[in-house]
Amino acid sequence: MGYRSSVDIHTEWDIVAARQLGRNEAKKVGFGTVDQARITTAISELARNIYLYAGAGKIEIERLNENDLFGIAIIASDEGPGIPDVRKVMEDGYSTSGGLGAGMPGVKRLMDDFRVDTEKGKGTKITAVKWLR
Amino acid sequence: MYRKVPQFVETHLEEIIDNWKQRMKDEHGEKFFHIMPEEVIERTSRDFADLVVSSLTEETGLYEEKLHNFSERIVRLGWSITLVMKAIENFSDTLYDLLRKAEILDDSNVAEYFDILNNWIKPLRQEVVEMYAHTWERTVNLQKIALQELSASLIPVFDKISVMPLVGTIDTERAKLIMENLLEGVVRHRAEVVLLDITGVPVVDTMVAHHIIQAADAVRLVGARCMLVGIRPEIAQTIVALGISLEDFTTTSTLQRGMQEALALTNRKIVEVDEH
Repeated sequence: MGYRSSVDIHTEWDIVAARQLGRNEAKKVGFGTVDQARITTAISELARNIYLYAGAGKIEIERLNENDLFGIAIIASDEGPGIPDVRKVMEDGYSTSGGLGAGMPGVKRLMDDFRVDTEKGKGTKITAVKWLR
Repeated sequence: MYRKVPQFVETHLEEIIDNWKQRMKDEHGEKFFHIMPEEVIERTSRDFADLVVSSLTEETGLYEEKLHNFSERIVRLGWSITLVMKAIENFSDTLYDLLRKAEILDDSNVAEYFDILNNWIKPLRQEVVEMYAHTWERTVNLQKIALQELSASLIPVFDKISVMPLVGTIDTERAKLIMENLLEGVVRHRAEVVLLDITGVPVVDTMVAHHIIQAADAVRLVGARCMLVGIRPEIAQTIVALGISLEDFTTTSTLQRGMQEALALTNRKIVEVDEH
């Protein structure tokens, strides 16, 4: 387990705080500007999903170091309604809020590893990892 | 009791203040006295002691006015609320210790003393907290207004061409403002081409992109064209990864190139003037 820090998401401005934290951590790990932008954008999407669909939750950022591999993990967790159909959410263009429907599949493309744990009525936990190359 | 406490405060003022200062020093170290000039502390603690006395001796109206002025001044000094709260607490602790030592307080009348204490310390704390909250609310509101003024202004650059530079984070509220100013400005300046410059937007996620697309659609409805300029390389890559289609837009990397295209669209171009 690496160094972990977190931001609680309650308002729209907390999304900015989470993004800022992610950018700083990504810088510390040694990511370049393009990957920094990818990571902050992914955080932005995940944090906004928490804000829009769960109302409250948190974003945790963890610096990773496994077998000489360095990376960063974004863990977005909430105790919201859960995602009813994960497969549908991962399709491009699917949105229940009138948005672009690019958020979840977008995050998957922005990051290297992507994992969704969700249970109806219990909440959602999304883990996304980017490795430094 | 109601007479003895203020009397004691008045006669032992120096001792109380010295002990209180020592207590603050013990708990917060010298740094507390470094942030604040000696004379300010001296005057404030004297005023504070005076306030304690007057809370016990004077009529309520006069005391409330004094209290209000006192907390207003404290807030204006810009000390942290935690420190001020600590100072109040320490002051009452100091007073308690000294009263005990002087044997004005003993086990028989301690309850009465706490009654008195409650009567002055509660309103004082409340007043200070309220004053801080009020000041913060005011500051936040003013900053909100300042931010709004900076938010989204449409600048007419040439005849038929306007630019809206976007700087900073775009939230829902700002997105609305951008849309309104954009449409109103396009109509007012009779613009045919509007350049949305996102050089200063740190992150373009799906929500920001969505708002931009909607704004561009709306601009089209009022008969103008919207161009997206200032797309930095890293933003271009994240937009592609997100799978956002901006095909309906003309997009350029810099405002300068966008301006050239906008001039071309309105059948004009910039030429160098030959002086000879």
